[in-house]
Amino acid sequence: MMTKFLMLLMLLGGSLMAGATLDAALIHTLANGESDEKIRAIQDLGALATPEAVLVLKSLSDDALFVDGEHVFYLNGDQAIDAVTGLALTPIPESSDNVVINNRVRSELNTALSSLKLFDPKPSVRRKAAEALLNDVSPDMLPVLTKAVAQETDAGIRELLLLAVAQINLGSPEASLRLSAVQALENSSSPNARNLLTILLDPAHEPVEAVRRAAQASLKSVDNRLALSDALARIFSGISLGSILMLAALGLAITYGVMGVINMAHGELLMVGAYATYVTQGWFRLHWPQALEGYVLAAIPVAFLSAALVGVILERTVIRWLYGRPLETLLATWGLSLGLIQCARLMFGAQNVELTNPSWMSGRVALPWGLSLPWNRIDIILFSLFVLALVWVLMNKTRLGLFVRAVTQNRAMAGCMGVPTGLIDTVAFGLGAGIAGLGGVALSQISNVGPDMGQGYIVDSFMVVVLGGVGQLAGAVWAALGLGILSKFLEGWVGAVIAKIILLVFVIIFIQRRPQGLFALKGRFVDN
Amino acid sequence: MRTPLLFRTLALFDTTGWIATGLFVAIMLVLLPLLHLALPEQSPFYVSSYVIALLGKILCYAIVAVAMDLIWGYGGILSLGHGVFFALGGYAFGMYLMRAIGHDGVYQSDLADFMVFLDWKAYPWYWSGTEYILWSLVLVVAVPAFLAITFGFFAFRSRIKGVYFSIITQAMTYAFMLLFFRNETGFGGNNGFTDFKRILGIPITSPGMRVGLFMLSGLTLLMTLLLCRYLVTSKFGRVLTAIRDAESRVMFLGYNPLWYKLTAWTISAVLCGIAGALYVPQVGIINPSEMSPANSIEIAIWVAVGGRATLWGPVLGAFIVNLAKSYFSVAFPDYWLFFLGSLFVVVTLFLPDGVLGLWKRLRSRVRRRT
Repeated sequence: MMTKFLMLLMLLGGSLMAGATLDAALIHTLANGESDEKIRAIQDLGALATPEAVLVLKSLSDDALFVDGEHVFYLNGDQAIDAVTGLALTPIPESSDNVVINNRVRSELNTALSSLKLFDPKPSVRRKAAEALLNDVSPDMLPVLTKAVAQETDAGIRELLLLAVAQINLGSPEASLRLSAVQALENSSSPNARNLLTILLDPAHEPVEAVRRAAQASLKSVDNRLALSDALARIFSGISLGSILMLAALGLAITYGVMGVINMAHGELLMVGAYATYVTQGWFRLHWPQALEGYVLAAIPVAFLSAALVGVILERTVIRWLYGRPLETLLATWGLSLGLIQCARLMFGAQNVELTNPSWMSGRVALPWGLSLPWNRIDIILFSLFVLALVWVLMNKTRLGLFVRAVTQNRAMAGCMGVPTGLIDTVAFGLGAGIAGLGGVALSQISNVGPDMGQGYIVDSFMVVVLGGVGQLAGAVWAALGLGILSKFLEGWVGAVIAKIILLVFVIIFIQRRPQGLFALKGRFVDN
Repeated sequence: MRTPLLFRTLALFDTTGWIATGLFVAIMLVLLPLLHLALPEQSPFYVSSYVIALLGKILCYAIVAVAMDLIWGYGGILSLGHGVFFALGGYAFGMYLMRAIGHDGVYQSDLADFMVFLDWKAYPWYWSGTEYILWSLVLVVAVPAFLAITFGFFAFRSRIKGVYFSIITQAMTYAFMLLFFRNETGFGGNNGFTDFKRILGIPITSPGMRVGLFMLSGLTLLMTLLLCRYLVTSKFGRVLTAIRDAESRVMFLGYNPLWYKLTAWTISAVLCGIAGALYVPQVGIINPSEMSPANSIEIAIWVAVGGRATLWGPVLGAFIVNLAKSYFSVAFPDYWLFFLGSLFVVVTLFLPDGVLGLWKRLRSRVRRRT
């Protein structure tokens, strides 16, 4: 990233080199002066904000600025470029010292360099720099900022810069400047602006009545915007959590619906999916590194099949023999989950394994109202919608789905009508396991992949199934989203642990009131 | 006509049962304590304090297993949250143990060390009175009982059963674990309670105290067995078993299952609490991981290994599984989970009646041949 940035600057610098020169005295102060003088030179160069100045500062920061008698130069490839003229020096000076700076100078240099990003040719870099500024702006940046505003062509970034200027102007001694700054900040959504405005409410700080009133009004609109963006961010992370819960619960809903069996090893099937993703990544790295970016896509079928395979094996060897004994199944599948965890630990080690997000899943996308959402979360929401659609089609539009639903509703009757219930059990279990494997792919992109990763999900996903009603896909979807959003909002108010406890208590109370879940199957049932 | 209590007690076990009880008393309450206290350390028959501590711990587990058997074996209710009652009992007694440290903690303060660390100035209200051992013993019984009654009342009233009940008990213990992990809850957070010094002024590591606690655990187990045996052979126990086998029919006969289940559930919880209180001073630590769902499920496997609805079986199961655990975690730490996992599978698939059931089957087969 940094080197790319430097290269770009160099290219740009190269085209301008002939005309633009820097003040020789300034450069020599920078190279040979005392620390205080250096700092002043850095500030002056920063205020110039020309590409040449940036190059010089950048090389200084990389310890790549050299001094040799009267020449100050930096290296570009095997050329030595004179810092003053920007021309190549021939021959390359033989004896040279690099310019040494202490920490105080270096921190000043970093500030200057980061404010210089405001002049980067790439709008995305400028935007990021401007956004960073909003949360941490100091008055001595005013000249640089004014200059940046004047040069800025992108309206959105200009807006951000103006907000930053306004934040500085809040401290200005002139009441009229302060007033206009306060009014400009109405459109801000940074917590920093909010703090500054709050200070202005105090008559001890702000003697002018009109400014105080304006500050009050601006503060209100900032607060509203902050609250809105906060609420939106929460809803988003709630949906994101909900989509994970849904992926975990869909498979469970199928197996529990069909067989009335709680598969305590369901979380471990998620883990199998996640490790399958890890193995796929390793395979790509080894055999097909050009396509490494696409490993997640390749991992989807791999994870589905491996988890489904594990599921079918478990069903055929153990769970099949325990039908009609749900409590024993609970214990047996718990035992299986212990075995799977230990297998993973022996095969991949007890530590978490490392997965890298492909580039199209990393980074964030900025939206209005000060929202910025991470791509991997968005992708996972889309992915879970895709899985949901797939399951819906499978369950509602295919013959297999018809059979599965028939067995869910009335096993004996379905058997009488010729549905091969034993086979359907196996297939349904494999399907549920495979969906858990898909959930594992999603999880591998946002959380740690380790042997214990599945343990935390069994209670959560069972809550979703119970809340939604047994064997109800729609119920599972609504319950997952509802639980996700509710838990994110609760987390904001009372903290993560208490939120979790409240949710568990809520679900426990809910089951008391409506033991059949939100979306109960209509009909008459006989228990035991 | 009432049966006199003595006859009723004598009828609790058959001859084999009484022989087993006698053996148990002879070994646990007489032989082992004597071997530990009376013999010099060099003697080949000397029982080390490690063995006493290990067996004492397992005796506490056995009490829990019997309590679990009462509710699962006879009531058909599989609780995956019994660890919470066990831990609450442990914490209740642990509060007294913490107060009994007095000024001997690291910070030499009136407060427990973790409270000094949190910069608290006084004990929170729920700690009041815990400096008296009697009050903390009341808490040992009352807290699990209160939780069991409230939770059980609502759950059984809305006729939650089967796997639903199992999972919400698991959710309950999980919620409690999270709660106790927080420092602000006032029970030491992650680290829980540890570094106990004395009970009633007697150092906790002294051989006398160790053996005393060990014998007390054995005695409590014995009483638990007798109590549970009494319950399940009484009319109450018959109704409970009937509810397990056909709840709707029992209701049609005019019984309200709620009270039967709730009583058994509460008694079971209280027994767990007592076991927890005995466990903490012997092991020297209590922390929230005791409430982890995995621990509670393990209780079920002790019962299943020994044999459900046998009462003696769970005692056997607790010993088998825990002795295996201490052996494996030293000899093959990597394979313990495999062993435990396959135990779950094998027992449910092939030994539905546990080790005792297997023994009975073998014996009857041998008899049929002769």
